[in-house]
Amino acid sequence: MAFSTSRFLAILMKEFIQMRRDRMTFAMMIAIPIMQLMLFGFAINSDPRHLPTLVEVHDSGPFVRRFLAAMETSTYFDIRGTVAGSRDVDRVLKAGNANFVVTIPENFERDIIRGEKPVLLVAADASDPSTSGSATSALSVLAQNTINSLATGPLSYLASTPDAFSVVAHARYNPAAITSYNIVPGLLAVIISMTMVMITAIAIVRESERGTMETLLATPARAPEVMLGKIIPYVFIGYVQTCVFFILAFWVFAVPFAGPITPFIIGLNIFIIVNLALGFLFSTIAGNQMQAMQMSFFYMLPSILLSGFMFPFAAMPGWAQTIGLVIPSTHFMRILRKIMLKGADLPDIVPDLRALLIILAAVSILAMLRYKRTLD
Amino acid sequence: MTQETATPVIEVEGLVKKFGDKTVVDQFDINVPKGAIYGFLGPNGSGKTTTIRMLCGLLTPDAGSGRCLGYDILRQSDNIKEHVGYMTQKFSLYEDLTIRENLDFMARMYRVPDRKQKVDKALEELGLANRSHQQAGELSGGWKQRLALAACLLHGPDLLLLDEPTAGVDPKARRDFWDEIRRLSDAGVTVLVSTHYMDEAIQCDNIAYIAYGKKLIDGPARKIPEMVGLNTWRVEGPDLANLAADLEGSDGIEQVARFGSALHISGMDAKKLDNAVNPFRKDKRYTWTSKPAGLEEVFIHLMSGSTDNFAEKKAA
Ligand SMILES: Nc1ncnc2c1ncn2[C@@H]1O[C@H](COP(=O)(O)OP(=O)(O)O)[C@@H](O)[C@H]1O
Ligand SMILES: [Mg+2]
Repeated sequence: MAFSTSRFLAILMKEFIQMRRDRMTFAMMIAIPIMQLMLFGFAINSDPRHLPTLVEVHDSGPFVRRFLAAMETSTYFDIRGTVAGSRDVDRVLKAGNANFVVTIPENFERDIIRGEKPVLLVAADASDPSTSGSATSALSVLAQNTINSLATGPLSYLASTPDAFSVVAHARYNPAAITSYNIVPGLLAVIISMTMVMITAIAIVRESERGTMETLLATPARAPEVMLGKIIPYVFIGYVQTCVFFILAFWVFAVPFAGPITPFIIGLNIFIIVNLALGFLFSTIAGNQMQAMQMSFFYMLPSILLSGFMFPFAAMPGWAQTIGLVIPSTHFMRILRKIMLKGADLPDIVPDLRALLIILAAVSILAMLRYKRTLD
Repeated sequence: MTQETATPVIEVEGLVKKFGDKTVVDQFDINVPKGAIYGFLGPNGSGKTTTIRMLCGLLTPDAGSGRCLGYDILRQSDNIKEHVGYMTQKFSLYEDLTIRENLDFMARMYRVPDRKQKVDKALEELGLANRSHQQAGELSGGWKQRLALAACLLHGPDLLLLDEPTAGVDPKARRDFWDEIRRLSDAGVTVLVSTHYMDEAIQCDNIAYIAYGKKLIDGPARKIPEMVGLNTWRVEGPDLANLAADLEGSDGIEQVARFGSALHISGMDAKKLDNAVNPFRKDKRYTWTSKPAGLEEVFIHLMSGSTDNFAEKKAA
């Protein structure tokens, strides 16, 4: 199996020319990330306001009054009334009467001043985690601000004590609450996966439908030449999408990028190629463009649902995790979150890269075996 | 010439191809000598395209074996593809690529040395040099066919497989096309060409006729009439159109064809044909001559469908 650079380049260049002339597809490639980011970023509102809140107050000093007022003015919380006792808390949360119950313990103010670090208990209905996540974190900022505003005169030492109290949030029903920052980085995996798989799956089936496959097959081209030549042009589409994605992610959603760029780029390249190879594999199975499209959509389901994008991976049942592990998005999702949110470096993502490379090898071998060099 | 002595360019035996439970090519043998123009005739759906595809490794035969350009058709299709120029029945270059881009693509695929010059030369010879930046999809049928031929000649193939290359092309373009085929053949290129046109079949050195996937006739063109065994009456006189209408459909008359100022009336069974013709021979305005069928009648006969052919063979 002699690999010919000449033939590989011929296919590569042809593919580039066709891509450039197919304005519609090219426009779609740019529109899809923008649309998805807007839909997921805004429709799944990860930073909602005016959430119905109940309070259970066992202390009525000036600090607590001021804190409750601050909660209202923050616009995150609408204080709808009070509850009494933890039974009541369970009831209102279950009934959906409130998303939050904030419990201020007895002698809260006194304990703060004494430096005893009292506990502010927040029971949150986290069944819709994106609702509760940011509000919970807002709460502790609010409490700290309240303390700072009171920290004058003899109490000024409190201002320099950031943990004068602690907020204990009980995220009920969904302990691994996903935050907004979790959604947006994961979207990059979803966007790339969706478009890369579909675009290659279609690109090859299109040759069969237009009849040009017969010319291609009549030439002495070998499977790896065709596969590489057809895949590599779309890597650039992947880059363009990534750029569009980050412009929006930074600008509209202010998503952090904590880690270094190099491991990200390594992961990105491998991930793009895995998905293109997968699309190529699909195209060797699909009979026409419609089928290729359907297969791509069918693949999107597990890659959105089982990759840890929608639901926390660790909380999924064993069989779902097993499926999740063979989906490239799962591993890239981890790389993205580790690097963007946790500031991880190359050594931290080695296991995920290894998993991606194993999937890549398996998919490529399968695709090459399935790629028919005849019209049978 | 040396044709008979040299090893054949195509030499296959017992090729079978099935799609589902339908046998599309059945026990096909062929022997194509070097430099020959081998005509491949048969009605639509008879298996010509399928056979050609098996010869160049695009389809895997279900049975049979053989060699093409000295390479095994089952195991060495990579080598075969390097030396074969295959022109598909339907235009299958890239319509969204320009003429030059298509030629350049093909030249790279076959690793043609001096690619740039070869492509320039091909464009020049095609007469498309000044339109080389036009997309192939914009070309008319005749130009597409010339482009496709130029594309499969770039790498200087030893064997040309042409699948109905002139379908839907005007007569002038067809004549030019055949001049080119003849030139290539004289230069030692072997040509296997499937066709529907009688005037093209006549230009071939050898003819293989296939129907329902079975090869029925195969031989040098000049021997074909004798092999088919068609009997013909030639009639001259006035008002041939009416006479033709009267003759058509009579038992024993399979074909009535107009040749200039004469009608050729043919049938497989000489006795039946005579019986059918005899009543008309009384009309003194017409002159009737019995003659052996020529290539033309035979090809018209062959191309006009093979059902009769099959039926006669079975009855005999
Ligand atoms: N890929 C295929 N799958 C199923 N049937 C096919 C396929 N290709 C050709 N056929 C059938 O095989 C028969 C022969 O086709 P073909 O070789 O194209 O004939 P020809 O070229 O002589 O017109 C036809 O009946 C056609 O419908
Ligand atoms: Mg055909």
